[in-house]
Amino acid sequence: MAFTVQEQTPRLENPSTASREPRPSSELRFRFGLCLLFGLLVLAVILAVAIGTVDVPSRAVVSMLLNHAGIAHFPRTWPASDEIIILQLRLPRVLAAALVGAALSVAGVLFQGLLRNPLADPYVIGTSGGAGLGATVGVLVSAHFSIFGFGAVPALAFLGALGTMVLVYRLSRVAGRTPVVTLLLAGFAVSIILGYTTSFLLIVNDRLQLDTPFIYSWLLGGISVGRWSQVGAIAFLVALGSGLAFALARSLNALSLGEEYAQHLGIPVELHKAAIIAVGSLLTAAAVSGGGLIGFVSLIVPHFLRLLFGPNHTRLLPLAALGGAAFLVTADLLARTLMPPTELPVGILTAFVGGPAFLLLLRRSKREYRF
Amino acid sequence: MPAIELREISFAFNARPVLNRISLSIAAGERAAVIGPNGVGKTTLLKLMSGVLTPTQGSVLLVGRPLARISRRELARKIAVVPQEFVVPFAFTARELVELGRTPHLGLLAGVGAADRHAVDRAMELSDTAALAERIFNELSGGERQRLMIAMAVAQEPEILLLDEPTQQLDITRQAEILDLVAGLNRHQNLTVVTAIHDLNLAARYFERIIVLHGGSVLADGPPADVLSSNLLQEAFEGPVEVLSSDTNHLPVVLPVPRMLSHERKP
Repeated sequence: MAFTVQEQTPRLENPSTASREPRPSSELRFRFGLCLLFGLLVLAVILAVAIGTVDVPSRAVVSMLLNHAGIAHFPRTWPASDEIIILQLRLPRVLAAALVGAALSVAGVLFQGLLRNPLADPYVIGTSGGAGLGATVGVLVSAHFSIFGFGAVPALAFLGALGTMVLVYRLSRVAGRTPVVTLLLAGFAVSIILGYTTSFLLIVNDRLQLDTPFIYSWLLGGISVGRWSQVGAIAFLVALGSGLAFALARSLNALSLGEEYAQHLGIPVELHKAAIIAVGSLLTAAAVSGGGLIGFVSLIVPHFLRLLFGPNHTRLLPLAALGGAAFLVTADLLARTLMPPTELPVGILTAFVGGPAFLLLLRRSKREYRF
Repeated sequence: MPAIELREISFAFNARPVLNRISLSIAAGERAAVIGPNGVGKTTLLKLMSGVLTPTQGSVLLVGRPLARISRRELARKIAVVPQEFVVPFAFTARELVELGRTPHLGLLAGVGAADRHAVDRAMELSDTAALAERIFNELSGGERQRLMIAMAVAQEPEILLLDEPTQQLDITRQAEILDLVAGLNRHQNLTVVTAIHDLNLAARYFERIIVLHGGSVLADGPPADVLSSNLLQEAFEGPVEVLSSDTNHLPVVLPVPRMLSHERKP
């Protein structure tokens, strides 16, 4: 973190070659970054699947996974129970962590680009409050209903996050336009109202008979996905959201120069703003339904990658997806294994890592960013 | 057919009238400066031309077609704008920004192609910014930034270039550099240029046509020698000015008349 993009990019001696070549240095950096992050993700997934209350050798894990994918046929040297632990218990959870991390990180890039503010994240504009209240209501009605294998809590958190975003967006529309500052303020206000509504429900919970410890652990964040059907549902949402996000990359670049300049560049600004908010909320909601309220991923990962690889969104978005996934898989692994048998909420870990990192970046941001 | 035509344009901002029934026509290849006191609506006029603002009455025509019926994307291929305020919140490099100028020419998912790279190279060569390619925009000097913003506009390959106070906050040499660049683009690349500008002497030296706004309408419109008379300028700017004639090219030189100190100067 102790260097800037500029120091990493050598100034070219000869301007004419600089303008002829399509900036090989940064293109190479980008490709190297993609490969590196992908490698880190694969490594993190293998470790996270192998380590737990029952440790399974990494070699057995890799063989098992390759066998299962039909890529290889290694003879089985491990007990059948290991295979069940790996494939039915750990792998779905680890993949869910990867998906949640990718979703949060990509959503962070979307909101930061749209709001032209590297300190913005999906939680700042209300999604968190909505999701928290939704989850609390979910505990309240805890009834026996499920959507795609999700119980009432994640399903209502999802709806809460999405509903809040729609509300905030409509509240901040002034004469057919959505000024960014109004959006931030409306999101902040709605977020606080919903947050205190949740607190209120928790305080009067004697009468409501809420499962308070459950809500608290959910509000602190933790991967709560165990079944393949749930992983499938989240994977679908994350793939859809990320695909749409990549399609909006160029609009995000234009919008980071301001709404008016984006218009000069031919972007239908109001339409694309609405699309970015919708996609960002969808991704946040998907993440929230799989992992509760995990803070800092959407703030730290994009920020960090922007410092390393520059702000160009066509590159930043794929990097953020991989980086967020690798980061959360690692955090979730630590959350499970640092204090056995207690499983820490993953939000605590992302806050412990993310908090100090964020403060460091905040101190630097005067130099790095202009408003 | 004129490149841009304003027909009986009126514009009100929050019910406060800014421009009142203005009709103007800018020919293709022309180089025009819009002058007038602060708050008279020079920026508004440019924004109406670029389609960022819609007139409350009247219509804007781009080569005979109503602006309202042209898509944003198509408009961005015809008109490029160098705004007065330009804030880049992230650490984009100079070349990355010029590449963003290609946005209206790129498909939804298509990458930057050879033609785009060529247009970026050309824009950076014309604006003499090729050496800045890898520098971070926010670390450039004022003059370099201004040239880079022009490079971004040139990369759009427009027919019309609108500039809002391109020389403000620049030293005298940088001012001349920017306006030489703009005049060169106008003459050699056949770009139609409309600029809002405060500096009347620069306007006189670099623009063949000067449009004076006053009280929401056009007070005068013509070549500098005709327009920049002390009577007219005193009316437009509501204060005393002195107009001399330059010895070398007989262009008008406009000076403010100090009221406070005038008695000290008397012989």
